[in-house]
Amino acid sequence: MSTEKKPLEKVCLICAKGSLEDVYASLVMANGAVMEGIETKVFFTFFGLDGITKKAMNHLHTATTGNPAMRMPGGLPFPTMLGGLPGVESAVSGMMRKQMEALDMPPVDEFLEMITAGGGEIFACKLAVDMFKLKKEDLSDEVSEIITIGEFYEMCDGDRTQIIFT
Amino acid sequence: MSVKTIAGVAVNISEEGYLEDMSQWNEEIANEIAKEIGIELTPKHFEVLNYLRDKTAAKESLTIRGVGKSGIVTIKELYGLFPKGPLKFSSKIAGIPKPTSCI
Repeated sequence: MSTEKKPLEKVCLICAKGSLEDVYASLVMANGAVMEGIETKVFFTFFGLDGITKKAMNHLHTATTGNPAMRMPGGLPFPTMLGGLPGVESAVSGMMRKQMEALDMPPVDEFLEMITAGGGEIFACKLAVDMFKLKKEDLSDEVSEIITIGEFYEMCDGDRTQIIFT
Repeated sequence: MSVKTIAGVAVNISEEGYLEDMSQWNEEIANEIAKEIGIELTPKHFEVLNYLRDKTAAKESLTIRGVGKSGIVTIKELYGLFPKGPLKFSSKIAGIPKPTSCI
């Protein structure tokens, strides 16, 4: 058996959901790959587009209903009924963003800049952009192109490439 | 841990080649580690290295975001100085432990 190491050369991430944790999962993995010197491409589609839409990207929410892992500060379970009250989701999401900032996790716009500063590339899905009636100028300046999934797959060639769907 | 002679000095290094004791570091050692990685050090590199060493000595955690906000280099410039390893390679050359940060 060969023991030769075959390090990853390319990581292609697909972010299809727009909650705070889904978008950050993609961003952390993308930035981490760039920092390791791995070629990195991120494709934002469907609700994931919120992560690269200027108006939405720095105000992402985490779901306070239907999220069994949600806890009160201190660790007690978070009552689902409470999560549905107006303003609760906003407040919880704001708190979460503050905690992330304390760990030096940047806001989404800055995170995207960090990824492209290291040579990572950000793409938007054409189908989803059309569906949500968005234009290129609605998207972050860090988005290099609006492309089809077929074009994205073409970029994912190479035998040391991984596609990660979050 | 093993002992390796770098630039004429016997230093303790980790399995991955990071110095175990940052006080054993000097600029010649930095130059030699950098050469192994394929980087030619300039005064700008040393500004970054010294910043990383200061932060490590002060037990502050390192992130590329922090370096970008240090006023020494932007994140883009950091990638330019240490291609493909802005935090990993710079830490190795700075004689400090392997970074544990994800950002």
